[in-house]
Amino acid sequence: MESMAIADRLRAEFPDEFLDTVTHQGQTAVIIRPGRIVAILRWLRDTDDLRLNHLRSLCGVDNVRRKDPRLSRFEVVYNLYSIPLRHEIRIRAEVGDKEPAIDSVVGLWSGANWLERETYDLMGISFNGHPDLRRVLLPEDWKGHPLRKEYPLKGKEEWTGITELLEKIKELDQHGFDPAGHAHGQNQPDEEEP
Amino acid sequence: MGEITEPSMVKLEEGVRYIPGVNALLGPLNALVNWGRAGSIWPVTFGLACCAIEMMDAGASTNDLDRFGILFRASPRQADCMVVAGTLTKKMAPVLRRVYDQMPEPRYVLAMGSCACSGGVFDTYAVTQGVDQILPVDVYVPGCPPRPEALMEGFIKLQEKIRKEQFRWSQWR
Repeated sequence: MESMAIADRLRAEFPDEFLDTVTHQGQTAVIIRPGRIVAILRWLRDTDDLRLNHLRSLCGVDNVRRKDPRLSRFEVVYNLYSIPLRHEIRIRAEVGDKEPAIDSVVGLWSGANWLERETYDLMGISFNGHPDLRRVLLPEDWKGHPLRKEYPLKGKEEWTGITELLEKIKELDQHGFDPAGHAHGQNQPDEEEP
Repeated sequence: MGEITEPSMVKLEEGVRYIPGVNALLGPLNALVNWGRAGSIWPVTFGLACCAIEMMDAGASTNDLDRFGILFRASPRQADCMVVAGTLTKKMAPVLRRVYDQMPEPRYVLAMGSCACSGGVFDTYAVTQGVDQILPVDVYVPGCPPRPEALMEGFIKLQEKIRKEQFRWSQWR
């Protein structure tokens, strides 16, 4: 089935949730409200002539610099593919501007578990009903969500793990072979030719 | 085996001579120890990114690090040298230090690639700007990633450095 036809089916089935469709380079995305995301994705997965049974990817987007009135600041994007029927669709759920949250789809695809954790980790979108919503890439005591546009490239502050490690290294160097300097190698003269 | 300098002596290297027939090495202890250490650098691999592929390539048959006496070890406790090959993220930094702390002296560190030397293009929140913040680095090998020849050059530089050491084996180091 063509992606546009899938979008039309979705619009007919969930008229209240449907916002718009976008086609770019032959790929169709459906922009929807976040409220009934689990019902929509379950319908797409389980309907006989759709059978979009493969969650290709799940990620978050920060739209703060986009000037498109249809989009909220944060959105969660689901790329779905049907392995038996070989068609695809992209679902973009607008999850709001502040404290974005959406229902977890781990119940539909257990592979969404770490994808949702990654989205939470880097973008700060929380997933209601997720079984284990912790950071997955960054250290657990990291502050902030780095893929948000307001996050500076170098970070706001040093991670406490690194500052603790550098303190520890100073202490370890006292017991080492070269208490005067970390980098014993750089203190030696380069050439001692006669 | 080497150049014959005087009757019944074979010069293996500057300061190290071998007496055939009696199985004896002759030379200053510094030269003997450094000769042994420089000829048997056993690195523990710390492959973190694409540099690790080049490091494996350097160890494989075409380039063959074994001919320098360089045998990769999988354990820091059996190693003399650590090859930090790749991007060191901040989350990985405590692990790197822990592996380094398990290595017995004498130990050397070879930073391979731009990321290990300086952070490279990853001037970001998550990446350590050079492993020399965490470890004392002996040899920096630039490149992104360095070719196996460059890594071999780095090991040769490390051998040169080991040969110049004085009393690293003793309590007067």
